[in-house]
Amino acid sequence: MRDRKFVPLTRRQIIRGLLATSAFGITTKLAGCGSSPSPNSPATDGSANAAEEVVVGFIYVGPKDDFGYNQAHAEGAAAMAQVPGIKLVEEASVPETAAVLETMRSMIEIDGAKVLFPTSFGYFDPYILEMAQEFPDVQFFHAGGLYQAGVHPDNVGSYFSYIGEAQYVAGVVAGHMTQTGQLGFVAAKPIPQVLQNINSFTLGAKSIKPDITTQVIFTGDWALPVKEAEATNSLADQGIDVINCHVDSPKVVIETAERRGVYSSGYHANQGPLAPNGFLTGAEWDWISIYTGLAEQFVAGKTLMAGDIDHILRGGLAEQFCKISPYGSAVTAAAKADAEAAREALISGELVIYKGELRDNNGNVILADGEQYEQTNVELEKMNWFIEGVKGSIDG
Amino acid sequence: MVSRLTQGLQGENWRKSLEAIALPGAALLVALMIFGIFCAFAGANPFGVYGSIYRAAFGSWSAWQNTLIRAAPLMLTALCTALPARLGLVIIGNEGALVMGGIAAIATGLSLGTALPSLLVQMAMALAGMAAGGLWIMLAGALRHYRGVNETISSLLLNYIAIALLNHLVDGPMRDREFVTKPSSAELDPTNLLGTLPGSRIHVGLIFGIIICVIAYILIQRTTFGFAARTAGGNIRAARIAGLPVGQLTLATCFLGGSAAGLAGMVEVAAVQKRINESLVSNYGYAGILVAFVSRHNSLATILVSVLLGGILASGGILQRSHDLPDATVLVFQGIVFLCVLFSDSLYGRFSWFR
Repeated sequence: MRDRKFVPLTRRQIIRGLLATSAFGITTKLAGCGSSPSPNSPATDGSANAAEEVVVGFIYVGPKDDFGYNQAHAEGAAAMAQVPGIKLVEEASVPETAAVLETMRSMIEIDGAKVLFPTSFGYFDPYILEMAQEFPDVQFFHAGGLYQAGVHPDNVGSYFSYIGEAQYVAGVVAGHMTQTGQLGFVAAKPIPQVLQNINSFTLGAKSIKPDITTQVIFTGDWALPVKEAEATNSLADQGIDVINCHVDSPKVVIETAERRGVYSSGYHANQGPLAPNGFLTGAEWDWISIYTGLAEQFVAGKTLMAGDIDHILRGGLAEQFCKISPYGSAVTAAAKADAEAAREALISGELVIYKGELRDNNGNVILADGEQYEQTNVELEKMNWFIEGVKGSIDG
Repeated sequence: MVSRLTQGLQGENWRKSLEAIALPGAALLVALMIFGIFCAFAGANPFGVYGSIYRAAFGSWSAWQNTLIRAAPLMLTALCTALPARLGLVIIGNEGALVMGGIAAIATGLSLGTALPSLLVQMAMALAGMAAGGLWIMLAGALRHYRGVNETISSLLLNYIAIALLNHLVDGPMRDREFVTKPSSAELDPTNLLGTLPGSRIHVGLIFGIIICVIAYILIQRTTFGFAARTAGGNIRAARIAGLPVGQLTLATCFLGGSAAGLAGMVEVAAVQKRINESLVSNYGYAGILVAFVSRHNSLATILVSVLLGGILASGGILQRSHDLPDATVLVFQGIVFLCVLFSDSLYGRFSWFR
């Protein structure tokens, strides 16, 4: 029995220890509740500052520094927080489950949030729609253009960016820089948004060298780092020398391309720092202008419900809803000049990306000569084809 | 710890039951202290953090609801590991069983539609979910028993197969083209959805979890089946010599464990998500493994540990929003708490005062 004794503790020592720990526990609790008027308590915050501050909540599906989708939104949110009268609360890594319902509720009830930006695409249905019905005084903004007037509650709005325009400009740069005439694209899933990025990128490149091809590899999901690295390596093995992507975080693709010594083109946010040698440019969301613009309207007391704010906000390069990343060191002056010219033409509206004659990669005519799809055309949001020059199938 | 507690209450020594309360309690306090030091290094006031955690997890009825909503699926998924563990099997296919349960439940719910009264549809969905989850884990048990395949590896790999099947179904055969947010199945008819408990926003899955955990406890501790399972878990050779049907026990226990996780999938579909898509894979299964080990595979302790983990998860948001701590902080907290509780496990019987 002697060796079962862990430490030679006497009963008195045990009692003393238990007393000490419980005393610590009690003081902890007292200190926690009493001394620090924690910034989140509704009593101190909600009532005292309600008159001057609008609390805005941002919710992200992943970390805020993912070099991707979430980082782009977090940068916009940080800019919004600079607007006087706005108080920002943020929560990252919130899954698309009951957890996001609880986060929204907690932001509304505990932090006193009046406006919420649940940024992940998958938060919309059913989660945002459920909460919007329960809290008709709170405004919900969602990225992705899913709002339907008359179907969805009045306090829901959506905003969307024609980021394909930025992909076109990135394609112009890629068209200049490729030596082999072969581009690669690592994509998550064959959905219209992704297809449109691939097609716009390829059309930009073909405007420089008409016989350029883009090889597409679908990984099957939004965040599969191992498959993304494999796909990038496989593209590089085929002699492809510019690689673009559409996955949640392009970090792996960009870093792998850099290691393989090929050029890369980014997406979502600026990945330039990840690939000092091979990074060309990228298509970035530019949420800063739209978020600061909305913030000023919130502070002025405008709401979706009163009809002061449009329920669907859309824009491209001209409206500063998207932008291109700063050019990498490898980009030549000629490439920059053509890219800037394309950008100007897209902003002025004289350049339309999808115009006839346009064939898909099975030879079917999508647009006859003289026809075109303006950027706002809803046909583009239903895209289910690859243009001629893209190697791959939309069946994944 | 609860078994020790109940043993203590029935049995000879009240000090033993005190030990079962004091050790995990002390472990929790130590964990809080370590986490406080971590917070101080991360630049937050530890006492403010403690206050926030308490408020966000247990401070009000609304906070309690938040905690219980998060705890509900964990009670069920934990049983998927806890029950086979009584036989000495380490099953970690919880996520896959949950996914299979969700798939079977939605397929049943969608095909029955409004043909039957909603209560019958819900029961059919629950049975389908339990059967699918149960058979899935029984597969790992069968591989173990008949072919000697390591059940940990096979159940882990079954997770990936289940998830791949889910992705295939929602991308292809079951896809609802009208729903553009992400590839998903069609939505359940609103009448077939599970409701919430009166006066709260907690769905009835919590009740399922508690009831199933109690049943599992009685099954393991108070029946001949449970006794046989525990005997086989203690020494499989002795059990064989004693004439226990080890193969049947293995398959049955795996089926029961898997069916609990399958029911969790059904609840997730019928009470929360309403359709299936990739969001069905949200780590409830993997978190369940953790709960099972921390609760030492005791089904009653599972309820308490699930609530504790639910509370920790519920407080994750407030750490980010009020204290500017990174989003991984809640995982650090979770890790410290569970390491301390697991370590305290090794201290039972070491203090002579408790004997």
